[in-house]
Amino acid sequence: MDAILLQILNGLDKGAAYALIALGLTLVFGTLGVVNFAHGAIFMLGAFCAVTFNRVLSMSTKVRDESITAFEAYKEVPILAAKFPVAGPVILDYSVPLALIVAIPIMLLLGLAMERGLVRHFYKRPHADQILVTFGLAIILQEIIKHYFGANPIPQSAPSTFAGSANIGAMFGLGDNLVYPWWRLIYLAFSVTIIGAVFAFLQFTTFGMVVRAGMQDREMVGMLGINIQRRFSIVFGLAAVVAGMAGVMYTPILPPDYHMGMDFLVLSFVVVVVGGMGSLGGAVLAGFLLGILQSFASMNEVKSIIPGIDQIIIYLVAVVVLLVLPRGLLGRKGVMEE
Amino acid sequence: MNKSGLSDWVLFFCFAAAVLTMPLWLAPFGANYPDLMQKFAIFGVFAIGFNILFGLTGYLSFGHAAFLGAGSYAAIWSYKALTMNVLPAIIFAVIVAGIFALLIGFVSLRRSGIYFSILTLAFAQMSYNLAYSVLTPITNGETGLQLTLSDPRVLDAMAGVAVTSSLPNPNIFGIKTSGLPGFYFCAVVLIIGFFIALRITRSPFGMMLKAIKSNQTRMAYTGFNTRPYLLWAFVISGMYAGLAGGLMAVTDPLAGAERMQWTASGEVVLMTILGGAGTLVGPVIGAALIKYFENIFSAFNKFELQQVFSFLPEGIQDVVVSVVSMFVGKGWHLTLGLIFMIVVIFLPGGIMEGVRRIARVFGLGKKKITEPASVANSQQGQVNG
Repeated sequence: MDAILLQILNGLDKGAAYALIALGLTLVFGTLGVVNFAHGAIFMLGAFCAVTFNRVLSMSTKVRDESITAFEAYKEVPILAAKFPVAGPVILDYSVPLALIVAIPIMLLLGLAMERGLVRHFYKRPHADQILVTFGLAIILQEIIKHYFGANPIPQSAPSTFAGSANIGAMFGLGDNLVYPWWRLIYLAFSVTIIGAVFAFLQFTTFGMVVRAGMQDREMVGMLGINIQRRFSIVFGLAAVVAGMAGVMYTPILPPDYHMGMDFLVLSFVVVVVGGMGSLGGAVLAGFLLGILQSFASMNEVKSIIPGIDQIIIYLVAVVVLLVLPRGLLGRKGVMEE
Repeated sequence: MNKSGLSDWVLFFCFAAAVLTMPLWLAPFGANYPDLMQKFAIFGVFAIGFNILFGLTGYLSFGHAAFLGAGSYAAIWSYKALTMNVLPAIIFAVIVAGIFALLIGFVSLRRSGIYFSILTLAFAQMSYNLAYSVLTPITNGETGLQLTLSDPRVLDAMAGVAVTSSLPNPNIFGIKTSGLPGFYFCAVVLIIGFFIALRITRSPFGMMLKAIKSNQTRMAYTGFNTRPYLLWAFVISGMYAGLAGGLMAVTDPLAGAERMQWTASGEVVLMTILGGAGTLVGPVIGAALIKYFENIFSAFNKFELQQVFSFLPEGIQDVVVSVVSMFVGKGWHLTLGLIFMIVVIFLPGGIMEGVRRIARVFGLGKKKITEPASVANSQQGQVNG
């Protein structure tokens, strides 16, 4: 029982990352009709926002070491700690969540720039062209990051308050075996909040209503005198923000490296297709579902019955779903039928 | 009809001549060493095959590397079990890849568009993951499949080939297939592959595939079942990929799972697009260019760059070198990404379209204007006849 609960938690955790990326992919696809292969790169850039933020915070300067009088000695002092003796270390400790503040505007600008600068010109081009050009962009972004940050993963630490594990079992009276890292729980809660916020935004605001209407019938909304294009551009920026935030918060779980975006993108695409192209609910559902299935498949008990299942489960599910339900789990009729 | 047949032969012989004389005319580019030319030929075969599917039918497969990998493994197993002769190895590679493609294609072709891309990607990733983990007895997992001294090599043993203390080399009836002979072997295979692709493109079957690309619904309305045609195209292009995989094993008897990864599938897409999807020569040019640039750009290091730009004043030189160094050496993928984006944005038809545009500027495009007239004439002729 504990083992199963633990696997579900593990799966929710991974699923949350898939769901957040897939949500952005679906938003872009549902509004602009663009298949964005650079979305994984945005996730990766978000993660590197956290890395850069941390580096900036931990920059140090040389100051005269007063304790040594025999000769002129200098020592390295972190600027932040020197300027703010009390708050400095705390800020550094919380660098990952604080990086969100930096990442959100950067990602928004980046998303808007990407949409205005490149993607805009590809609305009318075939999907293959869209895939290819954004794929090229993803390679470029990835290589730039590799140039500046190197090829090795750069570990980031979660705030020390959340460093340990939560004894969930004891909390709910299920025995002591069920322990789970705090940060992963926070990541899960964060993801659920973001997903909820995106849905609420689309459901309860006028902007969201216009966007949803535009997803249904773009021309009609345009005829009503609404500049739907501008709203869709903002949605692209929003999707970039979601992916970027997911990237920032994921850094303590997975040390970021330059190709993490591609790794996640391929899986997220499978998630989108399983959920049904253009269906936001489907993307989230499929994300969590595939995450949980994957973590169950990597249990030793399962692996001993079907060897290698943990390696292929996601793709296997994708193949079965696509063959049985051509539009994915919650796909609408008429989306990407060609 | 006769005229187009003639121009096809001209094209074919020009192509064959260009491929076979590679060691001569590539010398000024510093690319005439066998290793690189072998790559040109091998990836040329791969891209030609990919183009039969993507260029003709428009179905974008993201999983062709699976067939390449399967071909490599099959060839190595032929070395291990039967003989070090490369002919059985590549035949075996083509057959295995063909069967593999038949299975995957049968399932994947039930969907089209992006769904097809994702299905092929899923199958390729499954093969890659399995080759790494569960299929280790067949694929030797992470180490990669290699020759060993204890391999049975039944046919070689029967033919009385002496067992040596060192690992045997792949050969074709006694001639080692590494170095220049290896290149010529690959080149001949490339030329044969090109010829077959040419015949396929010009055949009624090829016409059918192009019709599927332009309007599949209409094809269905006119009563054609498009599925078998697509499946054949998929299998043929999978066989080409298997052939390329086999050739890799010919020049270097080693096979690893990374050949199946989706980045390898992405590479062949890049090659085809860069050269010009749907054209005959384009994919080969794209493959050669990418492999050439990979070789040239990734070989540069900072020191060499400083020498290249040594004519510039001190300060400017440092700036230029630091900027350029982003694009060469380990960063050559950045250049690749840039070239690729530029091609997709400005030249969707690839290099071949660029050549055509330039030709039109210099007045060689007159053919374009006269073509409709000749078509009309021939139609009239048919009606009259």
